[in-house]
Amino acid sequence: MNKDVEILVIGAGPAGLSAAIEAARYGADVLVVDENDKPGGQLFKQIHKFFGSRRHQAGVRGIDIGTELLNEVQELGVEVMLNTVAYGIYPNDEGVALCVDGETGMIVHPQKIIMATGASENPLAFPGWTLPGVVGAGAIQTMINVHRVPVGKRVLMIGSGNVGLIVTYQLLQSGAEVAGILEAAPALGGYGVHSAKVRRAGVPIYTGHTILEAVPNEDLSGIKGAIIAKVDERFQPIKGTEQFIEADCIGIAVGLTPDIALPSMARVGFTNGGRLGTQVPLHDRNMMTTKDGIYVAGDSSGVEEASTAIEEGKLAGIAAAEALGKMDAEAAAGAKAKVWESMNQLRTGPFGDGRAQAKEEIIRKMDEWKVENNAC
Amino acid sequence: MSRIENHIILGELEEKKEVWITVDGKKIPAREGEPILSALLANGIKVQNISAKKHEPRGYFCGIGRCTNCVMTVNGDPNVRTCVTLVEDGMVVETQDGLGKWEGQE
Ligand SMILES: Cc1cc2nc3c(=O)[nH]c(=O)nc-3n(C[C@H](O)[C@H](O)[C@H](O)COP(=O)(O)OP(=O)(O)OC[C@H]3O[C@@H](n4cnc5c(N)ncnc54)[C@H](O)[C@@H]3O)c2cc1C
Repeated sequence: MNKDVEILVIGAGPAGLSAAIEAARYGADVLVVDENDKPGGQLFKQIHKFFGSRRHQAGVRGIDIGTELLNEVQELGVEVMLNTVAYGIYPNDEGVALCVDGETGMIVHPQKIIMATGASENPLAFPGWTLPGVVGAGAIQTMINVHRVPVGKRVLMIGSGNVGLIVTYQLLQSGAEVAGILEAAPALGGYGVHSAKVRRAGVPIYTGHTILEAVPNEDLSGIKGAIIAKVDERFQPIKGTEQFIEADCIGIAVGLTPDIALPSMARVGFTNGGRLGTQVPLHDRNMMTTKDGIYVAGDSSGVEEASTAIEEGKLAGIAAAEALGKMDAEAAAGAKAKVWESMNQLRTGPFGDGRAQAKEEIIRKMDEWKVENNAC
Repeated sequence: MSRIENHIILGELEEKKEVWITVDGKKIPAREGEPILSALLANGIKVQNISAKKHEPRGYFCGIGRCTNCVMTVNGDPNVRTCVTLVEDGMVVETQDGLGKWEGQE
């Protein structure tokens, strides 16, 4: 089966949906594919309220933002194919290979491609890390908030960035006990609102600590706890400070890595994006990669948050619509400037500043690439 | 079966049709439309496969179809990601040994 579309969006998370909405709003014919049976990416597990300014949906829960995006997609008549994996992209404009429902093959010939494939959770290696019950913090979020199953009775969280803090609080909301949050750094990470919540809830906080091992139960089918220890200023465990913490689940919240399988297959250029990911696609202010007509947005272009993923998706959607001649340069410039203004507001503060710098560095390297390759 | 029935933010658990799957010969109930993995967790089953090299039990890690740590043999097909494969009434699920075998394969 073959299909022609103007824009193919891969991934129906906040980035992909926002890209589709913008592009469709300017009259482009858009197809969105996602391998899941439901759209929304990671948004439907984010039951906490977002913050920032009202313009950035502060006070609105992630799940409600997801519902809003889906309504818009529907109103605009964008086609969304679920249970559809994009598993290959061929050179020489030979199309993108899709597998529908695990059975049917299909080749799509898009004029523009927006890759919004998200990220995956980083593991952390220590003795016992492969035991059942040692899981990603995001996986916990998915199980308790989306599928409504407990992951354990007493959970130990490793890492106190926003995901670690948010999931800890959501564990309490789900009725689980939290054995504590472990953080190697001397202070909790993440936004103040989130760390204040877990503190107020009385969660034991082990800053300046690391995990030495997960302790298995008798038949290795799960864990009964962890041995933790204090670390010195060089993050080395201090002998004699070891202690056992009882837990039947350990959550690992040590960051995410951009999902770059498809951009790599498309042979776009990559760079080290620092805190955004060690391998991220080079891209410009339009979110376009080193391959003409291939755009990236959201976590796959550097791991940030749902709110920035939405803004990046909008940029890619507008830029792709512009490149298709759906809007003139002036209208596009105006629309993009608005999104950038909003994005710059999101990338402020103690955490945002670092992300802003890392993004600017990617864009600067892309500019260099353009000069070297006469692509200006 | 253990479920988060009453959630402070999400409210009461929505009613869903019950379906039955067989896991290593034992029938367990599941909620229609959920992935195999959450049905297993709700029924206290933590191990999805036995690792190929060290022959140790393994369970899910990412829960969103990225890491393949949760693969099992489903209806005779090995290496099925249970975190993104939905339950169907009458499904036969088996703890996978190593890389698994196709039905009929020696
Ligand atoms: C488990 C998890 C939990 C998180 N929790 C939070 C949180 O609580 N708060 C927060 O601010 N941020 C959180 N994040 C960070 C994340 O930055 C954003 O929340 C946001 O969802 C990123 O949006 P996205 O559209 O880039 O990616 P996603 O929302 O991940 O969407 C990408 C989509 O693309 C699909 N896809 C990928 N590859 C293919 C393919 N080849 N074919 C078809 N479909 C494909 C995926 O299945 C997915 O549905 C979390 C991230 C993860 C992974």
